[in-house]
Amino acid sequence: MQSTIAEAGSVGIVETKHFTFAEPPDEFILECGRPLGPITLAYETYGELNPAKDNAILIVHALSGDAHAAGYHHPADKSPGWWDMMIGPGKAFDTRKYFVICSNVVGGCQGSTGPSSVNPQTGRPYGLSFPMVTVRDWVSTQKVLIDHLGIDQLLSVVGGSTGGMQVLQWAVSYPERVRLAIPIATASKLSAQAIAFNEVGRQAIQADPNWREGDYYGKAVPRRGLAIARMIGHITYLSDRSMHQKFGRKLQDKAAYGYNFLTDFQVESYLRYKGDHFVKRFDANSYLYISKAMDYFDLAQSYGSLSQAFAGVQAKFLVISFSSDWLFPSYQSKEIVSALRRVHAYVIYTEIQTDHGHDAFLLESDQLSSLITNFLSHGRNEAP
Amino acid sequence: MGGLAKEVRLNDSATVVRLTAEHEVIIGLIEEGTRVMDLGCGEGDLLLALKVLKKVRAEGIELSEACIQACVAKGLLNVHHGDLDEGLADYPDKSVDYVISTNTIQVLHRPMILIREMARVGKKCIISFPNFAHWSVRWQLFSQGQMPKTDRLPYEWYETLNIHLTTLVDFRDFCGKAGLRVLREVPLRTSASGQCSVVRFLPNLLADEAIFVVEEAGSAANQ
Repeated sequence: MQSTIAEAGSVGIVETKHFTFAEPPDEFILECGRPLGPITLAYETYGELNPAKDNAILIVHALSGDAHAAGYHHPADKSPGWWDMMIGPGKAFDTRKYFVICSNVVGGCQGSTGPSSVNPQTGRPYGLSFPMVTVRDWVSTQKVLIDHLGIDQLLSVVGGSTGGMQVLQWAVSYPERVRLAIPIATASKLSAQAIAFNEVGRQAIQADPNWREGDYYGKAVPRRGLAIARMIGHITYLSDRSMHQKFGRKLQDKAAYGYNFLTDFQVESYLRYKGDHFVKRFDANSYLYISKAMDYFDLAQSYGSLSQAFAGVQAKFLVISFSSDWLFPSYQSKEIVSALRRVHAYVIYTEIQTDHGHDAFLLESDQLSSLITNFLSHGRNEAP
Repeated sequence: MGGLAKEVRLNDSATVVRLTAEHEVIIGLIEEGTRVMDLGCGEGDLLLALKVLKKVRAEGIELSEACIQACVAKGLLNVHHGDLDEGLADYPDKSVDYVISTNTIQVLHRPMILIREMARVGKKCIISFPNFAHWSVRWQLFSQGQMPKTDRLPYEWYETLNIHLTTLVDFRDFCGKAGLRVLREVPLRTSASGQCSVVRFLPNLLADEAIFVVEEAGSAANQ
């Protein structure tokens, strides 16, 4: 294991840090109007902030992501952070050049304040008394963290899927604080189809008798419900073709059908494994809150149109979609590009040809790496 | 398509691009500091040359993902992966100084629609195309009765992407029908050594390539 960690390109052993703010009575007022405080954000950093403080890149994560984007927490860890193939010395987010920050979102369950955190007023976990959080809340709380780190302007904000929504919100909410925006496989608002899948996931959780209106902490957790939600999610992250290539109709550890409802097909086994694995690291209530925040996100809504939302942006954009992504299809990225063009923003758009579906942004890709590498280095040198 | 590109070191001496003779003529037509859009910008050589030599705000649209990658690697930060047959709907009227299309109109499914869009979006348009009335094309068809193949038109009939070939005379007529005013015509002849010169005598017979600068008829009167 030691040798894996020492290999070139890894940031090595890293540690999750925590930043707490909005202590009562100075609570943070969320978009829904309700106060929340204190708020803790879990975050990790890789590389060094330069003296000019102009080499910071904020990575924002998707639905089930966390602050642990790269490296290992312990020498014995089997797998590195979720975007390790992109972050490290010599990689797209080259930690020899850039100071990379990855922040967990409010409402999450991986070290940041969320429904599983203890409400200081009651001494018990928030559960459903946790206020509804939105993408804008994620971004405005991240901004507090960035202020705390002493960074006036981020060289780049980057993220895929729900992370991409945060990238868009960053560029719109804090135009002077983002130089290069990289929204990947994302949308300015979810399609009805994507909301529908989120809702089925939430219904699976809420139908689990262990869910108890969200008040299950210290008791049996709604693991069946959460696992089913994750199984549904996983189907939407893949493509028909990638599932066919990966599993086809192959059987799991058997030569013939069992003629029962146990696992026959490899794809069933895979989804069950993914579901069971997810339950160990994720809180069902966080899944409800975060997926709902995705549903609510509609960048154009308060501006009248997407172009008007982008009217004040200063960032240059690199917008990337994936040809086989049907959860955040390319047309949604094109809508973003189209609106950015109308306001004369600098924007690079490309659709990467791949069979990997929505998940493609998390997978090793030379195209993705080289686009980001070149965009960052040229964009950094270009006059603002 | 076709065209003979050669490597050119630009005057900042750090940048090397591959330019054709027609590219060099086009660079000469464009003023400094203008906003330029290249439709079918390929790997971005012309745009990069314009950015370095003429300090233009460069924008490109290109169908190939690999070409977009190459553009970004050159530091062109305003390039879109898209199909020109889908048009330029996102761009407001006269929002670009020059819309360029080099050696591309003959592969479009609906050249009339795109060229009118170019003239709507651009204050001026620069359009180059191979001249199908060049004597060698005429001669091959006349003497051998075969589909012509030339340096400019190197493909077999069953492989070519060129579906809307035209001539200088036809393009002039087309401009009238499309509501365009021709501001300038540059018929070009390429010698065997790749040198390019302007054809003054019998251009529709002797030019193998033509560059037209056009604008929307009436747009000058409106300004």
